[in-house]
Amino acid sequence: MSNPEEPVLVVKNLRKQFGSGCTNCLDLKEESLEGNYCPVCQTVYACRDISLELYPGEILGVVGESGSGKSTLMRCLYFDEAVTAGQGYIKDYKDGQKNIFTETSQQKRYIRNHVLGMVYQNPYQGLRMGFSSIGNIAEKLIAAGNRNVGYMTDRAAGLLEKVNIPIYRMLEAPGKFSGGMQQRVQIAKALSNNPPILFLDEVTTGLDLSVQAAVLDLIKIIQRELAISMLVVSHDLSVIRMLSERTIVMLGGKIIEQGLTDQILEDPQHPYTQQLVQSLL
Amino acid sequence: MNNYNFAFFDEGSKREIRRATLKAIALPGYQVPFASREMPIARGWGTGGLQLTLSLVGKNDRLKVIDQGSDESVNAVSIKKLVIGTTGIDETDKTGEATLIQSRHRIPEAELREDQILVLQVPIPEPLREIEPSEYATKRLHADKEYSGVWLMLFEQIMAHGSVATGADHPVLVHDRYVMAPSPIPRFDNPKLDHSQALILLGAGREKKIYAVPPYTKVVSLAFEDYPFEVERMAERQCRLCGAAGVYFDELFDEKTNEKYYQCNDVSYCLQTRISLS
Ligand SMILES: Nc1ncnc2c1ncn2[C@@H]1O[C@H](COP(=O)(O)OP(=O)(O)OP(=O)(O)O)[C@@H](O)[C@H]1O
Ligand SMILES: [Mg+2]
Ligand SMILES: [Zn+2]
Repeated sequence: MSNPEEPVLVVKNLRKQFGSGCTNCLDLKEESLEGNYCPVCQTVYACRDISLELYPGEILGVVGESGSGKSTLMRCLYFDEAVTAGQGYIKDYKDGQKNIFTETSQQKRYIRNHVLGMVYQNPYQGLRMGFSSIGNIAEKLIAAGNRNVGYMTDRAAGLLEKVNIPIYRMLEAPGKFSGGMQQRVQIAKALSNNPPILFLDEVTTGLDLSVQAAVLDLIKIIQRELAISMLVVSHDLSVIRMLSERTIVMLGGKIIEQGLTDQILEDPQHPYTQQLVQSLL
Repeated sequence: MNNYNFAFFDEGSKREIRRATLKAIALPGYQVPFASREMPIARGWGTGGLQLTLSLVGKNDRLKVIDQGSDESVNAVSIKKLVIGTTGIDETDKTGEATLIQSRHRIPEAELREDQILVLQVPIPEPLREIEPSEYATKRLHADKEYSGVWLMLFEQIMAHGSVATGADHPVLVHDRYVMAPSPIPRFDNPKLDHSQALILLGAGREKKIYAVPPYTKVVSLAFEDYPFEVERMAERQCRLCGAAGVYFDELFDEKTNEKYYQCNDVSYCLQTRISLS
């Protein structure tokens, strides 16, 4: 085992803007922006200099209101969006020595297929709704270079069982499944090639409470059994409280507060966090 | 058709098509865009192949055109008419005598030679199209050699049917680099692409693409480790007319005797065999 103190993922000053910016907003001063938005040139600064570290086996929570940039952060880390600026380092990729954001698109695909797993806020982004559930999982294994049908069907069946999708429904398309089942197929897919890092974006949003609880339990079990490091995003502090020991609070594309989840809940510093904690009580 | 230039097109148009063809030969399996032209034949009826043929044909060429194994189908005849009418060259049904062969859905049974060119008509050139509708996206996937989507389609067929059930157009990997749609030839013809002595050119008129398998190029039909590539079963069958075995057959039904029987799909091959036997 390597040093447990060494983070599996380091992000430094990640910035993502939609739009080219102008003389008004170039310095990113609070006075020149309305939240994350430049009223002069309409540029959206969805992520502003985000820095974070994810440690082995931990679940790091990211909480923030709608539009605060959580999904954009996840999409940048999974290479669905190109970052505007910033660096990222992954311990399991070239010993954490290479900035992943400046690698070639072929290498980014390699990282995605071998080192990362993603569960999207919208299951339509993470799954092919017209293909079989087993095929959806196989796709990730195929992308990682597997060419053995027997191995892939066994692996997919095992994972679907783990996320409580009955074996007899494996050949069905997730398009026919309920929202909770779709999220569970996404989780099975994300886990298929044992990634050391998993991104979960609003996995429980939109699910009814009992289904939510089941999915949250599943995530806890996965953490315990597989020791995967996870970045879990939610606008719902109660979800974050259940899952993560450490939490980052985002507002307007920036990190405004971070620390142990318990501490943030007990003694929130930023007025927005205070409001968030208040609403939980 | 005396008002036309030799081979219908003006020289500039022919040169433009040849330039795309040269690029295609330099990048085996890579789809090269070209300015597909208006033709007196509707797009989707072999205009991609026809444009290749017209750009290549010279005064000493002998042309053969086949449609699903037959030299006499309406489609094959009208393509032949146009090329012959605008060039005055000779046509032939005999594969061995032709220098230029345009075909739809088959590669001839007789082995092709270095001094021959085979032009295949292609309806859908993009092997990733079914899984990815956007051309921008498929271009990037080819650039990254990311072919999971093609494999996923084969995987889904195994899940649904227990075997790979591509009727035709089974995807191939060309020169270890590009995955290519071989046009709707039966799987039976896929092995003929591998290290073919003849240059094979593929043209899609509607989709405006030209691609190529240069002579002696490695072409591998995609298959999983535990589901090896298989051609349609033709063993233990014989042509009722010429007695040939080990070729691609049409399955027919004799209503008098209520029996199935087989006949060479490649009509000219069948004729040649019968002539050489008599
Ligand atoms: N493609 C895009 N073009 C322009 N602006 C975008 C684009 N994608 C996201 N944004 C903007 O970036 C900001 C952050 O959006 P993001 O989806 O990351 O928020 P979020 O925190 O995930 O919100 P939610 O809780 O609603 O999911 C928003 O202002 C959004 O409008
Ligand atoms: Mg979001
Ligand atoms: Zn601006």
